Amino acid sequence: MTLISAALLAAVIMAAFIFGRGLAFSRGGAFSASGVSGRAHSLPAYHGYFAAWAVGVATILAAFIGWMLRDTIGFEVVAILVIVTAGAGFVVCHQLINPDFRARNFVETFVKMALFLCSGVAVLTTFGIVLSLVFESLRFFEQVPLLDFLTGLQWSPQTALREDQAGQSGAFGAVPIFTGTFMIMGVAMFVAAPIGLLIAVYLSEYASKCTRALVKPIIEILAGVPTVVYGFFALLTVGPAIRGFAESFGFSVPTQSAIAAGSVMGVMIIPFISSLSDDVINAVPQTLRDGSYALGATRSETMTKVIFPAALPGIIGALLLAISRAIGETMIVVMAAGRAANLTGNPFEAVTTVTVQIVSLLTGDQEFDSAKTLAAFALGLVLFVITLALNVVALLIVRKYRERYE
Amino acid sequence: MEANAIQDSGLFRPVTPGGEVIKMSEKRAHALAVEPKFKCRDVRVFYGATEALHGIDMDIENTGVTALIGPSGCGKSTFLRVFNRMNDTIPNARVTGDILMDGENIYDKKIDPVLLRARVGMVFQKPNPFPKSIYDNVAYGPRIHGLATKKNDLNEIVETSLQKAGLWNEVKDRLKDPGTSLSGGQQQRLVIARAIAVSPEVILMDEPASALDPIATAKLEELIDELKEKFCIVIVTHSMAQAARVSQKTAFFHLGDLVEYDDTEVIFKNPKDQRTQDYITGRTG
Ligand SMILES: Nc1ncnc2c1ncn2[C@@H]1O[C@H](COP(=O)(O)OP(=O)(O)O)[C@@H](O)[C@H]1O
Ligand SMILES: [Mg+2]
Repeated sequence: MTLISAALLAAVIMAAFIFGRGLAFSRGGAFSASGVSGRAHSLPAYHGYFAAWAVGVATILAAFIGWMLRDTIGFEVVAILVIVTAGAGFVVCHQLINPDFRARNFVETFVKMALFLCSGVAVLTTFGIVLSLVFESLRFFEQVPLLDFLTGLQWSPQTALREDQAGQSGAFGAVPIFTGTFMIMGVAMFVAAPIGLLIAVYLSEYASKCTRALVKPIIEILAGVPTVVYGFFALLTVGPAIRGFAESFGFSVPTQSAIAAGSVMGVMIIPFISSLSDDVINAVPQTLRDGSYALGATRSETMTKVIFPAALPGIIGALLLAISRAIGETMIVVMAAGRAANLTGNPFEAVTTVTVQIVSLLTGDQEFDSAKTLAAFALGLVLFVITLALNVVALLIVRKYRERYE
Repeated sequence: MEANAIQDSGLFRPVTPGGEVIKMSEKRAHALAVEPKFKCRDVRVFYGATEALHGIDMDIENTGVTALIGPSGCGKSTFLRVFNRMNDTIPNARVTGDILMDGENIYDKKIDPVLLRARVGMVFQKPNPFPKSIYDNVAYGPRIHGLATKKNDLNEIVETSLQKAGLWNEVKDRLKDPGTSLSGGQQQRLVIARAIAVSPEVILMDEPASALDPIATAKLEELIDELKEKFCIVIVTHSMAQAARVSQKTAFFHLGDLVEYDDTEVIFKNPKDQRTQDYITGRTG
């Protein structure tokens, strides 16, 4: 049914285009065969596009309104309404199209409006998400004071089903979750930052064109591996390996730990850092390299003393972007970090993160007005604010750095 | 202008504009005047399979300023980069032939290009101060070559280099400011101070004034005139007037060939080759 309607609509729009263009051709000698003429305002094709737009928009609108009202007015009336509207569109075009008609300007306006609408959808969606986060979080903070949430040391949402317990028991203290998040982020950056930066240095300063063309895409494949694959890699390979390694020294370590999740996440974000930093280092003008070489500096001196400092702001921007990626990552930590909200500074223990908690708060049958589920919105809001701030700072730094050389 | 007139009167000038007598042993002065700094024999430079310079034979005088002129794309920059082996940093560039500096082949296996570049400084077309402070820009070379062990020594090198580059008075109160905060002309003099700081014997300049306004250009030319007392200078320029003003020897390049090389005066007054004449009178180029 929908398929047929869509096909019909497309046919009507096509017909309108051909109709409008044909009309433009046939209306007087103003349109020459080549479409260029001293008198006509717009090329025949523009008349065609105009007709297609006008008939198409009118028909879609009519169909939409009819569809909303289909229960009151009946399906037949809807069909008639749509057909009449389409017909009316053709009639209007028939009246309008003549050599003086400014079809091109109309088409330009249509295009502009269509583009505007598309970007509007994206912007409105973002606003909608933010607003819903904010309002649901406000409902949460009616039940659990903001201060308790941000400073509480204990997180056990399962026990806090009754509102009167929630605030007092301190069960919604988010500190362990944030320490867990930052610890995993720290482990990930500890792995990814040096490796990613050294890769970038190698690619931009040392590798031959050939090597670079080969190595860079291969590293970028790392970014394309689905995170769930990293997740079971962390759970099934890295976690047990770390445990086995620790046991050989006589320590007992759980399979799920901050270090297992963090190190695998580090591998995941290596390509972010290496790729962005490589671009940043490449953007350092060649004249600076030449200047340094001409003074008798070696490659590594030039790298460490001139290029790296020059690229540092951009590299920091790249690192911040990587951090915000690490903080927002869910799947690896769900699988490999455990769920226990331990407040600990030991990366060999199981910890939990904001994203993991949101998942576990919202999976399963839930009422969406208990403090437990609303807590997910509060966590989401905090996470959003942190990553937004990181991104803004990163972009500001990167932009400022760009201006310096342009 | 008056100073220029005096300076133009001879290749060798024993007194600086300030009236200071240059101290130089007679023997060294003699050696300098006689032996060329560079001897080039059949120098060819290839970019990939294309030959950009077709066998250049040329001696560069130990003293004074040698100018390289010619239409753009004729290989002036390529030839200049031969002297400090900067062509080595261009991936597909290859140099053949002999280039002797003080009698020693600088393309010999035992020559380290990194050390050579400390002896042969270079100034580029666009001022390229590092994004560091003025002080750190000048101190860069001495630091990487370990020329100063004490802070005071380094300070002194920075100060004298900036003085020689005629920039000290303008920047002595703002040594911590970024080098990029200076004007174009000041930046170019900063870059010259940076090159001087490692006490090179030769300074190569590739169209050093092409990004500068006329006043900054005049200052730069004045500076070149002072520097030629202590350094062997090779300058590429697209301005024939500039070549005439600052140089004592001029080489005219055309399509990868050295067409004519003589005293600047001769090149500009009685060029022997028709191509030189056409270029000088503005019919080509
Ligand atoms: N890096 C390079 N790769 C390939 N060809 C080059 C390169 N640099 C210069 N050339 C070529 O060598 C010739 C001489 O260039 P160049 O020395 O820059 O001339 P000039 O400085 O006299 O304008 C030109 O034809 C130029 O296209
Ligand atoms: Mg050039």
